[in-house]
Parts: sequence; structure tokens; C-alpha cells
Amino acid sequence: MNDRVNSLRTGPDERGHFGIFGGRFVAETLMPLVLDLEKAYEEAKKDPAFKKEMDYHLKHFVGRPSPLYFAERLTEHFGGAKIYFKREDLNHTGAHKVNNVLGQIMLAKRMKKPRVIAETGAGMHGVATATLCAKFGLQCVVFMGAVDVARQEPNVLRMRALGAEVRPVESGSKTLKDAMNEALRDWVTNVHDTFYCIGTVAGPHPYPAMVRDFQCVIGDETKSQIMELEGRLPNALVACIGGGSNAMGLFHPFLDDREVEIYGVEAAGHGLTKQHAASLAGGRPGVLHGNRTYLLMNEDGQIEEAHSISAGLDYPGIGPEHSWLHEIGRVKYLSATDDEALEAFQLCARMEGIIPALEPSHALAKLGQLARGKPKSHLIVVNMSGRGDKDLASVAGYLNKKMSA
Amino acid sequence: MSAITRIDTRYKELGREGRAGLVTFITGGDPDYDTSLAILKALPKAGADIIEVGVPFTDAMADGPPIQASSLRALAAGQSLKKTIAMVREFRAGDNATPIVLMGYYNPIYIYGVDKFLKDAKEAGVDGLIVVDLPPEEDEELCLPAMKAGINFIRLATPTTDDKRLPAVLKNTSGFVYYVSIAGVSGAATPQTSNVIDAVARIKKHTNLPIAVGFGLKTPEHARSIAMGADAAVVGSALVEAVRTSLDEKGRATGKTVNAVTDLVSALAEGVRSARRKAAE
Repeated sequence: MNDRVNSLRTGPDERGHFGIFGGRFVAETLMPLVLDLEKAYEEAKKDPAFKKEMDYHLKHFVGRPSPLYFAERLTEHFGGAKIYFKREDLNHTGAHKVNNVLGQIMLAKRMKKPRVIAETGAGMHGVATATLCAKFGLQCVVFMGAVDVARQEPNVLRMRALGAEVRPVESGSKTLKDAMNEALRDWVTNVHDTFYCIGTVAGPHPYPAMVRDFQCVIGDETKSQIMELEGRLPNALVACIGGGSNAMGLFHPFLDDREVEIYGVEAAGHGLTKQHAASLAGGRPGVLHGNRTYLLMNEDGQIEEAHSISAGLDYPGIGPEHSWLHEIGRVKYLSATDDEALEAFQLCARMEGIIPALEPSHALAKLGQLARGKPKSHLIVVNMSGRGDKDLASVAGYLNKKMSA
Repeated sequence: MSAITRIDTRYKELGREGRAGLVTFITGGDPDYDTSLAILKALPKAGADIIEVGVPFTDAMADGPPIQASSLRALAAGQSLKKTIAMVREFRAGDNATPIVLMGYYNPIYIYGVDKFLKDAKEAGVDGLIVVDLPPEEDEELCLPAMKAGINFIRLATPTTDDKRLPAVLKNTSGFVYYVSIAGVSGAATPQTSNVIDAVARIKKHTNLPIAVGFGLKTPEHARSIAMGADAAVVGSALVEAVRTSLDEKGRATGKTVNAVTDLVSALAEGVRSARRKAAE
């Protein structure tokens, strides 16, 4: 083990900074709330009863541990490295999002907040939030861009079935960034009774660290599972990045194992020279939604609209800790286009019998590059962060359009 | 102590006159640069004591629909931080007394470069800054450099800023304190006057700075009732709405646009001035 001094796992500092990234860039009205949350989270972290209850629900409600699955036919297909999937798609609600939401809803309960708000892109975070609010008896309001409401209809129906109110957001680009703006506006208006359940490793401190901590169950399990299956650590980890919570959850427990290569995959949309959502590849550091991080923007600092076929990656920013890991070079960030992700989506469905969400399809799309030419002893773990049922309509629409083009 | 700014001078004058001030907000470049400049130039005569010029931003997270929409109109017409500073420079050529405060979000300033921004803003005649997403926890970013550059950094205090937190909020505040009268976004609910008066009294226990009150003030009557208890009343959303309703169907300025704003400002100024108070000590 590395000592604490050289560890990459000690961040952020007490002001929420990962290097120059992170921080607490919020309006004064929200600042006392953010400080309260930080205090409540620090107390909960130290409370063994909190952890015990969380472990119980992770096991019995979420269905953890999720399997680490040997993707045999894809391994043969690429003819190189041995490929494993971390099956977060098998969690209750169908994605990794539930790990974080469980923690935050338990905190909301602890802080005696009867009302929960959330933003959602693909709808998976919204569904997870609606689910746990139902389970714990809290009121739930989910903000979702009007564009996403249209392209992720099954999830809208799921949220409503779970008793949540879905508010379509008509401002700006009508996607995830605008849903987050609207959630912040709601929070600033309903300060006394409302808990804001952020879905990714972004926002003002303590959110990036707190969401990461709740998601680290992915990497912790992966570590013990691969030790059991292979007797050693993997050679490489791969995960897709929108805000980056599934990736951070897998990566973080391995950051100090320097021999493990780590790859994040951003959404390159129509291509990096066209419309895309790759903040690290095509953006620069700026300040939005409570933190300093890489953002897509113009020369005046105005935020640009992102594009990805995947609603969950369609965001012009990225979690601040990823920006830091990018700058220090510990994690290598790649990107995959819409077309590459679609191809990987189909390949995975047909070869493994797993319909992946479009988000992890971006990670799958880099397997050719990362697995080919490697020996069978080279172990790669891909985070299968969610299942693709929600995407079937948009995939079909996209393929039809391509065929008739 | 920082240098005396036009803001300090103006509040002294208001104190001598024994009345509260009217702070007006418009978004720079809304609906276009020239019309916005014409509005800006006409505001002092209409009765604005201090002018806030909004720096438009794509993601106005603390603002309600009126100011969001005005920001997007300005951006669509090509406004930028650089042009907003240029607008202040043009205004200053004809008015060296009315304080100008730039109000907005941090990212455009951060991208412009903090040092260059402060230098250019100071030279153009900017007196103060209100940057919504920079709480005291981030003072090193812009607040402390602005103080050094002789520009006031005006902090927002809100209903959630309790007595324990107030000293931290007031510590590096200069020019005046902007009390946000409701927990919410701009242009939404209207505050209860009695709550506002209590809040102003509470803040006064911690500071000698003037206190302006804003968010949700729409009519001369609101302005008057706030002016009874505070050192200034701030009106913003109602003015950008006056811009919006004066536009033609394609969203362009009309012959009515400038007057739509100045007429409302005149009425608001009358409201504020009718709330005479005893001269400040």
C-alpha cells in the first residue's frame, strides 16, 4: 500500500478542492445548506449505524454485490485481453445510480427533509431517486430537460409510476445542464424542507466527494471479486464519463494501485471537431454548477450545448476530480462517437446477450483499441453502468435515420 | 480600507437628502447594444441613483425567467463581457457621478482573466461587482483582488444567512450590502415588508454599510414600502420585463423600448422618494 502522503485518494481538501478544481461556487442562499449537508455527511460517515443500514439496503434492496462477469465471446471476438464486465446494470433500477441515491436519501431522512429534488438526463438517476423516495416515504420532484423527456419516455413513465413528479424543463438546451439549473432554482426557493439529490460527482463541495464515496462500492467489490477470480488486480479499467460517477466509483479504489491503467471515455457525439460532449478533450477549466472543472464554452465564457446520442452523457461539464486526474495524468481520457457507441451497443447485445445502455456503450466502443493485440493474461474490467431498455426507441430511430440517409 | 468609490459618495448624498435610493438593474446588451446603451444613459435622469448592469450568462442559475430571458436576448444580439465593459465606458463619457455595478456570474469573468477584467472594468468606470456564485468561501478568487483594485465587492445576504454566518458574509463586503428579500430566484415572489424591515435591522447590528433590498420588487408601492426600512430598493426583473413587452414580434427594439423602461423607473423613483426618512446619522 502507498502511504497517505503519496496517496491519490485523500482529496478533496477541506474547502472541496482537487488541485484547482472543485470548490463551492454557489449563491449565498444555498451556502448555509451546503455547509449543513457537509456537516451531516461527516457525522453520518462516522456513524457505524449509518453504514450498517446502508449495507443492509445495498444487499437486500439493490441486490449487491453485482457480479463481475467474464465476457467470453467478446474476449474471443477481439482476440486479445480477457474482458470482464462489472454488472451495475443488474442493480435494482438498472444502473449504478442507485448506489449514490440510497446514501443521499438516507441522509435526507437523517436531516429530516421531507422533500427531495433531483435533476436527470437519461432518467436513470431520476428513476433511482423516485424509487428510494417511494421506499423511504419522501416527496420527490425530478427536473428533466424537455428534450430528454421525449427521448427517454420509458423512464418518465417509471418515475411517475413510482409517485414522483417529473417537471419538464423548457429553458436553454432543454437537457441535463438546464435540468440542473432548474433544480438549483427550486432548491434556492425551498430551502427549509428540501434535499437536493445530485446524480453525479459534480456540484458544490461536498457533493463530488460524497457521491464518489457512495459509488466506491463498485470499485471495492471489483477489487475483491477479481482477486477471487484471478488472484490479482486487473491491468486496465474502462468506464464512460458524463459527469463521471460510475467511472469514479470504479476508479477511485484503484487510484493508488499505479500498475492498473485507467481509462475514462467521454462522448464525442458527431465528432470532436463537431458537436460533442467531451469536456476534457474539447473544453477548458471554468466555473459552473458550483464547481470549477473542464467545461465546453465559447471565448466569452458562455456555456455551449453538448451533444451525445446518450442523454446521460449529454452535459457540457465533468466532475472536478476527473479534471484533476486528467491534469495529473493518472487517468487517461479517450472519447467515442455516437456511431462507435451504437456499433458497440449492437455488438454487445448480439455477442453477450446483454443490452447495454448507450452510456456504457461508449466504454465498450474502446475495447477494440484496448484489448486487441494484448495477451490473454491482460485483464480489462469495463463498467457496465446501466442496462439499455430505455434506449431501444432512440437506437431504433437513429439506425432508421442512418439507413435512409 | 479601500478607496472611496462613487457608490460611497452616492450613499452619503442620499443620507444628506434623507431618503433611500433606487437601484435599477438592466441586462447589458438587451435587446441589443445600442438600445441598451440608450436605456443606460437615460436611467439617471429618470431617477436611478445606482445602476446595476447585468453581464449576460447562458446559465443564470439564481435568476427567474425574466432575467434568464433578457440574458439570452442579449447573448443572441452578440453581447459579451467585453462589450458590457465598453458600454460602461461609453456611459462614463457623459456621466461621472452615477455608480455602476456589474452583476452576473463568475465564469465570464474567470475566462476573461481576473486581473485583466479588474483593470479594464476600473478604467471603464465600474465601481462595484455583484457576482452571484462567489460566496465568502471563495473570496480569494475575485473579492480580495477587486478590493485591491479599488472596486467594491457587494455581497448578497439572504434569509438563510443567520447571525452566526453574517460576520463572514460582511467581512470583505464594501460599497453596500444587497439583502435578497426572499429565498428564491429573482423576479419571483414578493417579500413581506415586515420581514424585510426585521432583516435589515438584524443586519444593521453587524455593519455600518448601507443596505439595499431587492428580489421581487415590481411596483412603485413595493419600492416605497421597502424604502421606508432600507437604504435603497433594487428593481430588476420588472425593468427587463418592460424591455421585453416593448419589443416587436421578432424580438427587436421599437421606438417604445427606451421609454418603457424610463417611465417605470420614474414611477419607481417617485415611490422611493415619497418614503422620506429622517436623515441618516
